[in-house]
Amino acid sequence: MSVNAEQVRHVARLARLALGDDEIDRMVPELNNILGWVEQLGEVDTDGVEPLTAVIENHLRLRDDVVDDGNVRDDILKNAPDAQHGFFAVPKVIE
Amino acid sequence: MADATAPYRIKGATGDWEVVVGLEVHAQVVSNAKLFSGAATAFGAEPNTQVSLVDAAMPGMLPVPNRECIRQAVRTGMALDAVINRWSRFDRKNYFYADLPQGYQISQLYHPLVGPGEVEILLDEKDENSVKQIGIERIHVEQDAGKLMHDQHPTMSYVDLNRSGVALMEIVSRPDMSSPAEAGAYLRKLRAILRYVGSCDGNMEEGSMRADVNVSVRKVGGELGTRTETKNVNSVRFVMAVIEHEARRQVEVLEEGGQIVQETRLYDPDKNVTRTLRSKEDAHDYRYFPDPDLLPLELDEAFLEECRSSLPELPDAKRKRFEGLGISAYNASVLTAEVEIARWFDGLLDAGAEPKQASNWTVAELFGALNRTGKSIDECPISPEEAAELLKLVADGTISGTIAKQVFEIMLETGDAPSKIVEDRGLKQTSDTGAIDAEIDKILAANADKVAEYKSGKQQLFGFFVGQTMKAMAGKANPGVVNERLRAKLGG
Amino acid sequence: MSELTLKTITELREGFRSGDFSAREIAEAFNAAVAAARPLNAFTVETPELALEAADAADTARTAGDLKPLSGIPLGIKDLFATEGVDSTSGSNILKHFKPTYESTVSGNLKAAGSGMLGKLNMDEFAMGSSNETSAYGPVISPWKRNDGGNAPLTPGGSSGGSAAAVAAGLAPGVTGTDTGGSIRQPAAFTGISGIKPTYGRCSRWGIVAFASSLDQAGPMARTVRDCAIMLEAMAGFDPKDATSLNLPVPQWEAGLSGDLRGKKVGIPKEYRIDGVPAEINAIWDQGIEWLKDAGAEVVQISLPHTRYALPTYYIIAPAEASSNLARYDGVRYGLREMGVKSLDDMYAATRAAGFGAEVKRRIMIGTYVLSAGFYDAYFTKAQKVRTLIKRDFAEAFKQCDLILTPTAPSAAFGLQEKMSDPLAMYLNDVFAVPASLAGLPAMSVPGGLDSQGLPLGLHLIGRELDEQGVLNAGLAIEERAGFNHRPKRWW
Repeated sequence: MSVNAEQVRHVARLARLALGDDEIDRMVPELNNILGWVEQLGEVDTDGVEPLTAVIENHLRLRDDVVDDGNVRDDILKNAPDAQHGFFAVPKVIE
Repeated sequence: MADATAPYRIKGATGDWEVVVGLEVHAQVVSNAKLFSGAATAFGAEPNTQVSLVDAAMPGMLPVPNRECIRQAVRTGMALDAVINRWSRFDRKNYFYADLPQGYQISQLYHPLVGPGEVEILLDEKDENSVKQIGIERIHVEQDAGKLMHDQHPTMSYVDLNRSGVALMEIVSRPDMSSPAEAGAYLRKLRAILRYVGSCDGNMEEGSMRADVNVSVRKVGGELGTRTETKNVNSVRFVMAVIEHEARRQVEVLEEGGQIVQETRLYDPDKNVTRTLRSKEDAHDYRYFPDPDLLPLELDEAFLEECRSSLPELPDAKRKRFEGLGISAYNASVLTAEVEIARWFDGLLDAGAEPKQASNWTVAELFGALNRTGKSIDECPISPEEAAELLKLVADGTISGTIAKQVFEIMLETGDAPSKIVEDRGLKQTSDTGAIDAEIDKILAANADKVAEYKSGKQQLFGFFVGQTMKAMAGKANPGVVNERLRAKLGG
Repeated sequence: MSELTLKTITELREGFRSGDFSAREIAEAFNAAVAAARPLNAFTVETPELALEAADAADTARTAGDLKPLSGIPLGIKDLFATEGVDSTSGSNILKHFKPTYESTVSGNLKAAGSGMLGKLNMDEFAMGSSNETSAYGPVISPWKRNDGGNAPLTPGGSSGGSAAAVAAGLAPGVTGTDTGGSIRQPAAFTGISGIKPTYGRCSRWGIVAFASSLDQAGPMARTVRDCAIMLEAMAGFDPKDATSLNLPVPQWEAGLSGDLRGKKVGIPKEYRIDGVPAEINAIWDQGIEWLKDAGAEVVQISLPHTRYALPTYYIIAPAEASSNLARYDGVRYGLREMGVKSLDDMYAATRAAGFGAEVKRRIMIGTYVLSAGFYDAYFTKAQKVRTLIKRDFAEAFKQCDLILTPTAPSAAFGLQEKMSDPLAMYLNDVFAVPASLAGLPAMSVPGGLDSQGLPLGLHLIGRELDEQGVLNAGLAIEERAGFNHRPKRWW
């Protein structure tokens, strides 16, 4: 399966990456190269094989329902590019 | 009122249309901490104070699931008679938005915690036959998003992550509803069950329960049409309005030869319209994949057993039990609609009140008083035990029904116990035939003309004599005895 | 260069404890070495005061008889680890000057064990790379040069390039690295040092910036196997904040070290003999086989049939997970934000375009694509199935052997820019390392010898799940026989 510039643009949009036309054009063969290479997995017979769900045998541990976190607003906002009145400020969203 | 069980139709130029409705309800889980972090979930805190590093998606942070949130979802599933999946998995739903710090929501797409179930709704409380089963497709748990505020600043939106990461149950119905009324009944019943179970407080105004409304239309008996989804509707009334509006809009479009676009819409309650939601347009490709930070969720029998045994008696079971005690279907419905009322009434029964009498009194008198004073059952100044006492005084003939009403008012005002009030004010009803006879004689003597009319056939005047006697005795006469003595004296 | 910087962790610990020299002297020596080695660009941030602080505390502890396992030992920490109050950039522009308010569990464990921090180590951006050339802070230049008289700058490998260079150049006696697809082992091989990636889940991932969650593992890099064992014991352990963390006690790997391999079987997988790999690589492999035999092991031929599909499998799964893990870098809550943009989406797109380098963008694009609608089954699900088969291959093989020996890398260190034009050529660097990552197995690289150009070649050991001891012991057996005490000639 190969991709064209239009599809690359669409993927860039999904990934929120602003790519210029030059970059898009450069990426098309690069991505096709890589995709063409990974496609060899199609050769492998995986009938009846389950996708791997856990790398190492382990059981999902559940936490107790205790409030032991939060109340650290200063830490949360410390690295914010734009914090105002205790909020993160972002360019206005129109809904 | 129109027959609630008549099929809902929209009349178009080319014929009748029927509506197909499915609801996805997002219910915030009652728990102390969030689904994957230890921050608090309480409503109304200062912005970004109930946010952990995990909730803020700082680099290197990881989710660990909260057992209670899982438990609440399982209990909810059990209350909806649903299949509980002992093995389920968390998936990431990837999209970008300022209220979604991770850039993905941890949810469950492929293997949800709960499978198919159903909810029974009663379209007309007074009509047992207006029962309908609404199917539940599935329930899964997922993270709630933060809040965006757009009106605090001219060019910026403000992000508060307090709500980010709170556990939600997404309860997906089958598209079994065919009218606004059915959807309303479903939502109300679902909310009641959630509140009975205690897994969600069902407070739609505060946002702890919201509905996404899926609507499509088709010619009666025709093929399923394309549906639209109207998101985040936060009241039963609005849900019903959305269905009506959206169904009509779709019929109009189709009647004019147009097509329905499968899209996401938003409801504007001020203008009562739905409109296309632009900003999430591209988010259709969520690229779901299993969250590699979490292993599959496995529930053992002990866990499930505990969930099962922790369930209270649910609305339908309680309603049937009440009916079995002789309470009318309508009263039973009303008394089980809200868990707080049901609990109060159960208290009344436990205190020994006779069920039928108790239900009539509660529905008519108690609710009347609460409505008048604008109080909820939780603010009821009378305890079930005190109410039971009052009812007993009537049942054993100590006071009449009429006097009971007075005593009730005094109880509301003073908070005194009924027997004390009766005692202090000498309100005991009398069955003293001597005193009653004396009064009856006076009344009959003073109304000789009416006596004559009665004797010549005007039977309905009997009530007049009863009323006059009761009035003369300030309501304290035992009505049964009055009736008996009057009949004896009137010889009728 | 102070003699102290020539010592191993083991030697430093012993000398410090017996009073031959103070912790302060150790810290000062390494601080000076770091400061003098800026041409290598191994460090993104130097923290000499923190090293001295810990050293002073160690000296005090020694007097009080209150020593911890790593008291007196200064270490370098890969910049992928969040270190409280100290820049943690992950080699990226998007996290320039990001100072976490929290410390990663692993680096915190090392601190708690008494060690000091010399600084943060340069790395490929977000751990994506095999040559440390994708760093936004400039490439790391290997302390090694070819013996051809030319002065070509060589790569130390990647993504833990700064880590490897630091140990090889005597700037730190030990460092942390992370290994997702060979990023500890390959640079260790390129620079003639030892490094181990433990079983997946042995070390906590909390506070380590996530690249590919199902593959990332922290591990030590140092001059000797014993040093690695000492560090790993301090780093590893159950962390309740990481749901993939193994809830098992940390074995006493150092105490259990033994180069006696009698009774052990070493498997040689035929699929790792690849055409086009320089003869010297296979030669060192053969040499390694002889050494292990000499240590008492029996050598058996084994097959890992799906080996050639490991790299493509990795390059579907890792970018997919990364594309989701890197979605949080959006300019909202921390890190770079592009100003002067009008809408939120524009801000995201511009920020991420400016903040991420070319390789990261490439992998995000691949990852987004293979997860997207229509491609998920063909790519991602397929890759996860092949991953199951790769894991099965190892399980089968370990029925016939206890350890597997292969070369670590398909070449010695190459020159900067040599492989930058073709991403695929770069990916092939990890052909021997990736399978063990996909299977979550412990694996280590130890130096085997030098090639004809005077550059180090590494030998690679893979063990069963949880058998770090077996891997370390085999590594020790090789180390004892290889007698590798070459150091790069100082050119900086």
